[in-house]
Amino acid sequence: MTVTSAGMPATGTAPSATGSAPAMPVSFQRRVIRTGLLGAVIALYLCMVGIVPIFNARPLVQGVISLGQAALFLSLFATGFVATRRVAESSSRLIADGAIAGGLSGVALSALVLVGSMVDVRAFMPNASPVLYGILTFNLGTVGFWIPMALGAVLGGLAGAVGLASPRLRRSLFVGLISLFALGLFAGLIRTPMLALPVDELARLLFASDGLTLIGAVVVLVLSVGLHHLQRTRRLDRQFAALPPSQRRRIQIPLIALAAVFVLVLPQGLGSFFAQVIAIVALYVMMGLGLNITLGLAGLLDLGFVAFFAVGAYTVGLLTSTAEFGIAQWPFWAAVPVAVIVAMVFGAFLGLPILSIRGDYLAIATMGFGEIIRILAGSDLMKPLLGGPRGIINIPKPIEVPPDSLLAGPNQIYYIALIGAALIAFVAWRLRASRLGRAWIAIREDEDVAEAIGINLIQTKILAYMLGAAFAGLGGAVFAALVGSIFASSIQLMVSINVASLIIVGGMGSIPGVIVGAIFLIGLPELFREFSEYRFLFYGIALIAMMQLRPEGLLPSRIVRREFQHGGGDEPPESSTSPLAL
Amino acid sequence: MNPTPILEVDDIHVYYGNIHALKGVSLTINKGEIVTLIGANGAGKTTTLNAISGLVPSREGQVRLRGETISGVASHLIVGRGIVQVPEGRRMFARLTVEENLRMGGYTLTRAADVQAGIDRAFEMFPRLKERRTQVAGTLSGGEQQMLAIGRALMAGPEVLLLDEPSMGLAPVLVDFVFDTISRLHAEGTTILLVEQNARMALQIADRGYVIETGMIVLSDLAANLRENDTVRKAYLGIV
Ligand SMILES: Nc1ncnc2c1ncn2[C@@H]1O[C@H](COP(=O)(O)OP(=O)(O)OP(=O)(O)O)[C@@H](O)[C@H]1O
Ligand SMILES: [Mg+2]
Repeated sequence: MTVTSAGMPATGTAPSATGSAPAMPVSFQRRVIRTGLLGAVIALYLCMVGIVPIFNARPLVQGVISLGQAALFLSLFATGFVATRRVAESSSRLIADGAIAGGLSGVALSALVLVGSMVDVRAFMPNASPVLYGILTFNLGTVGFWIPMALGAVLGGLAGAVGLASPRLRRSLFVGLISLFALGLFAGLIRTPMLALPVDELARLLFASDGLTLIGAVVVLVLSVGLHHLQRTRRLDRQFAALPPSQRRRIQIPLIALAAVFVLVLPQGLGSFFAQVIAIVALYVMMGLGLNITLGLAGLLDLGFVAFFAVGAYTVGLLTSTAEFGIAQWPFWAAVPVAVIVAMVFGAFLGLPILSIRGDYLAIATMGFGEIIRILAGSDLMKPLLGGPRGIINIPKPIEVPPDSLLAGPNQIYYIALIGAALIAFVAWRLRASRLGRAWIAIREDEDVAEAIGINLIQTKILAYMLGAAFAGLGGAVFAALVGSIFASSIQLMVSINVASLIIVGGMGSIPGVIVGAIFLIGLPELFREFSEYRFLFYGIALIAMMQLRPEGLLPSRIVRREFQHGGGDEPPESSTSPLAL
Repeated sequence: MNPTPILEVDDIHVYYGNIHALKGVSLTINKGEIVTLIGANGAGKTTTLNAISGLVPSREGQVRLRGETISGVASHLIVGRGIVQVPEGRRMFARLTVEENLRMGGYTLTRAADVQAGIDRAFEMFPRLKERRTQVAGTLSGGEQQMLAIGRALMAGPEVLLLDEPSMGLAPVLVDFVFDTISRLHAEGTTILLVEQNARMALQIADRGYVIETGMIVLSDLAANLRENDTVRKAYLGIV
């Protein structure tokens, strides 16, 4: 309702603007208006679903702009930017077009403020509240209804002007904005460790208790834009690749050592919440690397991945718990190998009946398997064994330490999870380069040819399921120790979907891709717990955006990248002659 | 001179569900020979090759390699025993490069040196593949793909090479090239079972030939005799 009523006046102005323009730019004009209206819908949506009010609680630059406002401004700016993109016109036209598009979006918001002050729509639009209007008008209320309109026009015009800048400068500005957002969002995370170090004065200068200070924002913007713009055109990674191997190693080793030290001290500086977030990311990295074998390398879809996670977690629970359902009270370290082996047995158990199933049907069959395990875990049948919804509690920490030690609480799991993930990444990397890895790739690429060149399909596929399951089982084992308990409610279809999504976002078949995917899809939402309501909204947007903009994933493997880059054209000769470095 | 049979197909029957695709096919291939199997579309040529290399099971009959029965042996083990098939329609690992495809062909080899030697040999045989070493196989031309398919099959060091319509869809020059390649392999001592629609060319380079019709061998003779045979001339050489 609100959308249309707000959109009406905008539509009304459209014909006149179009009519006055000469014949040629008509389509440009129409595009500007269409983009402006689309921007209006998006801006209204951001307001009405409550994103703006909720994000408003978090300052981006303290005392100046909140995250909610920034999101809104960004949408206005983006509207202007999109409206003037790909149009080669005079500079004044660009700015005018941007201002029209951005202004149109702003008009919608102004209309919202006006309509909202007259009619109370909160009964069915709970977010259309005076709080929202306050945000939109910088607390001026109805009198300030013109503010969004003006702001939209200014921001849109600005965006049009940015379109005039050289691509390089534009990219620098973009990097600057991203840096501003990133640092503003993670200000707390950066400030805390800095305060503990001799740089506490600097921390206080740049970062507020939440978000950046005004000085900090200016510094970040100037530094990031400046550095990016001044950066030499020849990229560092190219220069690095051109170095001889011995020199390359001389740079690599200290870098790796530095990263290792950083990773080791991280939880000490950041506190246990952050350590726990990283531990969860590491858990998903383990599972992701597991599914990366089954799906990424062998091409076998598995949407029931949570089953192996459950098997690992429950095995550790049963073997180590000191409470009701514990059967052995083993130490964690003794239980882990058993958990991995049991998970592998389940992997084989899943693999056998579905060996000859291909393609889409695999998705259904494996999802069914995952659901069977999930429902069994919470069922009355298994209740005497697994505790049903009450679960298994009192799973001891892997290493018993006094509460004030460096290894207390989540920190310990942080280290264990990271070591586990690193170990698994190493194994996955070696596996991929192995003969077995080649067999997996062969059956992914063409099962029939793989058979014809002498690959044992049954063995290869079963091994793919088993090793994928082993990695997920290890993830589950660490999860049990992290939480200290395991409940049927922890076993959710969503876990399988998360793992599959992070592989897709990261880049199918690529190990760094799994890590990046886990950070994006698991780590970021964990850090923004307060916005958890919108988690799946962002998830969906991220996946759709990914498929549109970068279907090969963030860090794709070479084969996948090839497919997307050279859809039928010739592959330019690659410099590498490495043995099947896929 | 008494020829030694290396591959014997003895009265095999293959069914696809209820379809009786091979109704008792028997073939003998001697060491070092080129034997061609000709027949119309759907006669059962590919099925015969698949039955030999274990890709489809035969319900009755036997396949023997050097006197040892290999029916019932899993297909991946048959490759290791020395029978390699070049599948119909030049199936590549389309997203892998030429070199990676070759490497895959050497999957059954356990020593890295053997794999490298095989690749070098393939590049020596097909210099064109060497030029296109890092090109993605799916983007090769039809002729290049056929070279790659043969090169990939040779990686496993087969004693018997099963070729399924290698000249299909190629320009005449390339057909000549493929047949030259087959002659070369023959000269180097590889035993070849060649399935062809191009009966004229096949009968020119083969030692012996079999004619298959609706799952049964209807004729078998020296290639030279088949070239003169009236039925063959009419049905497969298009000479009235
Ligand atoms: N997988 C299958 N399932 C069912 N029927 C099949 C299958 N493969 C082959 N057939 C049937 O078996 C018969 C022999 O097929 P085959 O592929 O061996 O013929 P072909 O001689 O190789 O023909 P072409 O020259 O066209 O390649 C055909 O009637 C075919 O339809
Ligand atoms: Mg055929």
